[in-house]
Amino acid sequence: MGSILRIEKLEKSFGGVTAVDGIDFEVNPHQIKALIGPNGAGKTTIFNLISGIYPVTSGTIRFKEQIIDGLKPYIIAEKGISRTFQNVQVFEDMSILENVMLGRHCRTRSGFLAAALNLRKTRAEEKRIREYSLEMLSFVGLEAKRDEAASNLVFQQQKLLEIARALATEPELILLDEPVAGLSVPETDEMVQLIYRIREIGITILLVEHDMGMVMQVSEEVVVLNSGQVIAEGTPRQVQNNEAVITAYLGERETENANYTKS
Amino acid sequence: MSLGSQLLQYLFTGITLGTIYGMVALGFNIIYSSTGIINLAQGEFVMLGGMMMIYLTTIIKLPMVVGFFLSILIVALMGALFERGAIHPLKNPSVITLIIITIAASILFKGGAMFAWGKETFALPAFSGEEPVRVLGATILPQTLWILGIMAATVVFLIFFFGFTLTGKAMRACAANRTAASLVGINVKTMVLLSFALSAAIGATAGIIIAPIALMDYNRGTMLAVKGFSVAVLGGLGSNVGAVVAGFIIGIMESLGAGFISSGYKDAIALVVLLLVLFIKPGGLLGSKEKGEFKKF
Amino acid sequence: MKKKNLIVLVILAGVTMAIPLGLGNSYYLNVLVFVGIHSLITIGLSLLMGYAGQISLGQAAFFGLGAYTSGILSTKFGVSPWLALLAAIFVTGGIAFLIGAPALKLKGHYLAMATLAFGYIVYIIFNQASSFTGGPSGFGQIPRFRLGNFLFKTDVHYYYLVWILVIVALLISLNITHSRVGRALRSIHAGELTANVMGVNTAKYKIQIFVLSAVYASVAGSLYAHFITFLNPSPFGFHFSIVLVTMVVVGGVASVWGAMIGAALLTILPEYLRAFQDYDILIYGSILLLIMVFLPKGLFVGIFDLVKKRKNRQ
Repeated sequence: MGSILRIEKLEKSFGGVTAVDGIDFEVNPHQIKALIGPNGAGKTTIFNLISGIYPVTSGTIRFKEQIIDGLKPYIIAEKGISRTFQNVQVFEDMSILENVMLGRHCRTRSGFLAAALNLRKTRAEEKRIREYSLEMLSFVGLEAKRDEAASNLVFQQQKLLEIARALATEPELILLDEPVAGLSVPETDEMVQLIYRIREIGITILLVEHDMGMVMQVSEEVVVLNSGQVIAEGTPRQVQNNEAVITAYLGERETENANYTKS
Repeated sequence: MSLGSQLLQYLFTGITLGTIYGMVALGFNIIYSSTGIINLAQGEFVMLGGMMMIYLTTIIKLPMVVGFFLSILIVALMGALFERGAIHPLKNPSVITLIIITIAASILFKGGAMFAWGKETFALPAFSGEEPVRVLGATILPQTLWILGIMAATVVFLIFFFGFTLTGKAMRACAANRTAASLVGINVKTMVLLSFALSAAIGATAGIIIAPIALMDYNRGTMLAVKGFSVAVLGGLGSNVGAVVAGFIIGIMESLGAGFISSGYKDAIALVVLLLVLFIKPGGLLGSKEKGEFKKF
Repeated sequence: MKKKNLIVLVILAGVTMAIPLGLGNSYYLNVLVFVGIHSLITIGLSLLMGYAGQISLGQAAFFGLGAYTSGILSTKFGVSPWLALLAAIFVTGGIAFLIGAPALKLKGHYLAMATLAFGYIVYIIFNQASSFTGGPSGFGQIPRFRLGNFLFKTDVHYYYLVWILVIVALLISLNITHSRVGRALRSIHAGELTANVMGVNTAKYKIQIFVLSAVYASVAGSLYAHFITFLNPSPFGFHFSIVLVTMVVVGGVASVWGAMIGAALLTILPEYLRAFQDYDILIYGSILLLIMVFLPKGLFVGIFDLVKKRKNRQ
């Protein structure tokens, strides 16, 4: 079987600013692949394009050989791509279990009328939603907190909750946007273990991350972006020794320093 | 009257109306730019300006000029008070909360005006005589010239204020990026207060200059607010040039509509325009659509 | 639905059904008919505002569309009031769909102003289309509901009719809020884009709940028309849209119970404020402002939260 996700000549510009400038890469089934690059390289924009939040300017995105660009986000979720967000987006007024149950939405059917009449099959479906969601909560280790409000969780737990919610949609591909950003070293290790377990249940993983140690440890392949273009792709070892990658990262460090002196 | 001069007459009426709507829209823009709030009490500032002027000049019998500036000052203070009392204390309000608060304020202003002056309709004498000027078979009231002149003066003042004074520039900085503005030492809260005061002052000015033509009562505000908002949206929220241009467009459409189609439905014209713009091009004539995309995440 | 809600609903049903035994055909019962009619609208509006997070400043227009469709069909075309009520549901629901589909793409202030403009336009039409609506002075002699030989003519009759419908509406609404659909609606409120990415067809749900809330208002309108038997435009203007929003907000925007309490408070209170005549507007404004500034979740929810907090502390 070929690639699960194939991105070809992908371009996105906002007004006059080109954020993603002709990108090609593929993700193979059951792989853990990482997108890395300096700030503003276009990583999150690519995630937003894959999940249908932004329309693409040109190029194509294929999921299991089917073109998915131009589809609405919820349809892309139905097709089997789910994600987490860089700045955690849990539904704060809902309980933890309800957050995950929302993830089951696209795999269930009861509509307004069935809900209004509270039919037996609706109640049965609601029970299945609850059971599946509890399973996902225990998968990430949050089942004890299921009835608390999501806003009561600490940052790391909110990240776990996002993953449980994403898993509840039964994705074949999950996009993790900076899964370990802001986590302590032991929390990062736990997250890495969780990512391995997600792969074990047959889900492909594409992640964006700034923590190089984590990226090099967990990924099988790495795509390096700079200014909206792919500058290198390969195994972590190949990428680390790539001339262009080193310049891109050193270049960023210099400009960062320049910024510090300015302010 | 020939068709030509009749058209010209409608045009004059439309321009007069449009000037007022444009000024209400300017008031919306000022608060929207600095806070992102649509102040649904904007029309009440117009009503209060008109009523205050009538009260000060016809009942207390202050001279016109004194009444003019005093009315503007009082209404500006009311705007500031409203901000301090109802907007300032809020912590992370939702949009629905903000909408309801400005509606509540509008109800209070309206109720207060009814309490103070009753339900009667009041008239204000024109600033300089009622003798119409004849132009190509149509007539212009001297008050129309006052309205146009004061609108022009207001626009010049705003250009000068936002372009050349430190305070004005600081307000623009807040509009562009609040965090950045506060980082460079601008007191954002004060700027928000000022924007309410300034917006109220402009609304009051509009109310004063239209009072001699349109009469005034406590209940005039809502419709003026809705039309001013239609104008602001047509022009592109936040765009002051857009507000002036769109004011004339809607004013003229309304006066032609009232003349040639139906005077009963004339109030619906601005509203239909509003709906069409919102449904087809919510950025307005001079707004951009792409802008919104950045703000989502 | 949770057990607790069911118990409250049963108690409410019991109490409301018993009230006329004590009150009979009195002035108070008449007020309670209005509480019921207003509750129907606010229950729908709270689903829209509190659960889905979408605002409508034109809800009085749907109330009016229901009333006028029902009134005109039954008075001028001899349609039975029941059929007229049904037809009004389709007319109002259809119009809500047509206006909601484009309007609900808008957010926050824009949606508020679009619904406000829609409400105003409908109000202007009620005033101007006098060959159908009788213009500003309205029209009367609207027939009353009839079941076989039984004619709904007294306040007690209407009281039961209205409150049975309120309880049905409550039951439906509570079922919806505790279902997959209710969860989807709340997720839209919490974060529309995230909900969409997580697989919720947000556009569809927003329109559906908008139409449902319009249908509730339409039914309330039909009940009003066949109860009062006279219609003119003034109860259906912008002012009443604001009163409705106030009712929902006072009770607590995210609770159908709160919506009912709000409707009850703001329907009964003005009856006691008669002494203030026109100045009730000042009281409305003050209540609205104070609640939004100090108890943005509403009286009902705000007090409930306070009690909960105290309990937790003990």
